[in-house]
Amino acid sequence: MEVPILKQGHYLIASIQSALTDADLSQLREALIERVGRFRARGVIVDVTALDVMDSFAVRTLRDIAHMARLRGAETVIVGIQPEVAFAMVQLGLTLKGVSTALDLEEGLLFLDQQAQLRIERGTGRIDRG
Amino acid sequence: MATKGKDALPPPPDPQALSESTAALLRELVAHLRQNRTQLREEWARRITRAQLLTAMTEEEIFAEATSVYDNYVEALETGTFEALQAYARNLSERIIPRGVETHEVVGIVLLLRDVLARSLFAKYHEDFDKLNRILDAYEPAANRIANTVAVGFVQERERIIRQQQEAIRELSTPVLQVRERLLILPIIGVIDPQRARQLTEQLLRAIRTNRAKVVVIDITGVAAMDSNVANHLVQTVEASRLLGATVIVTGLSPEIAQTLVTIGVDLSEMATVGDLQGGIEEAERLLGYKVLPLEEISPKA
Repeated sequence: MEVPILKQGHYLIASIQSALTDADLSQLREALIERVGRFRARGVIVDVTALDVMDSFAVRTLRDIAHMARLRGAETVIVGIQPEVAFAMVQLGLTLKGVSTALDLEEGLLFLDQQAQLRIERGTGRIDRG
Repeated sequence: MATKGKDALPPPPDPQALSESTAALLRELVAHLRQNRTQLREEWARRITRAQLLTAMTEEEIFAEATSVYDNYVEALETGTFEALQAYARNLSERIIPRGVETHEVVGIVLLLRDVLARSLFAKYHEDFDKLNRILDAYEPAANRIANTVAVGFVQERERIIRQQQEAIRELSTPVLQVRERLLILPIIGVIDPQRARQLTEQLLRAIRTNRAKVVVIDITGVAAMDSNVANHLVQTVEASRLLGATVIVTGLSPEIAQTLVTIGVDLSEMATVGDLQGGIEEAERLLGYKVLPLEEISPKA
């Protein structure tokens, strides 16, 4: 099942609706990375609220998305990890090191806004077109 | 004598015949114990007192319990069923465990009773050695089983109480408190075992979700000791919270714990630690964008 990717301002939002196969995940990764460039996105949000299981491949793909998007100039945040999923992940040692996380979509958007603000303050942000 | 004694030792070839004669011998034995009830009971109570067992109980209590144990004992010998005795042993344990009676005392008194009764059998049958042997053959397995039943009943009761208490401790052990909008504190007190650590983490994660918490302060002032297992649990809790988007600040690491952790080489570099709970809350407020000021600093401007 293909994951819909929405564009919201400078951000891309991928909302996973059901359990994904490895192929679906790889497809999501490629689509996101490609679109970061096409839409000149500054942030990517992957919403995993609907997932009640996350295996090592899924976690690795999410981490890859974050690192690849960063290379393409966008900050990634994973939102909506369920408490049970978080606990299972930690027990398996899958801790998404170096990847930002937030409670839900709203928090994720807020986080990305703050990051953008910080970059502007530090003078490392892009010139704002708006 | 020696040959006779040897003859008595190997198990007789016909178990059916044996059980019949055993039943007859046990009947005789029970009759003897009933007859000498008062005297044997007193002797037993005396020996309990002399051996300084059951010091938590008064002499009258010991005598009263001794009477009912004696009667139950004889009944178990007579009927060969142990249910009544088991129930009585459980009931007795329930009453005496809260008074601080120890396992060795309970086992001790039952063994004393066995000895007292065996002595009375020696006295009664000392002229007929063959009969004595057969009586003891019938008596000893039954008596040992009784001693076993009582001891097991006592230990089981103890274990039941311990389990009950563990449960109770677990239930009251982990409150997750909200002190400000989006700020939770989790004070941990006592020993952290794997099961409790798991329960603690689950509770915290659920609370983060429902309270939409952004910062969590885990205070471990009340944790006396920490080993690498507990430290790893703590790290896991911190990481799982981060996956839900919450920052964790750990406070109240005692000097001993700090030394232990560094000595055993646990890597806590991923964890934000602050000296005490107050500092932790202040740091959390800073992260959340709060600033707490005394009123007089605000009022002049207003």
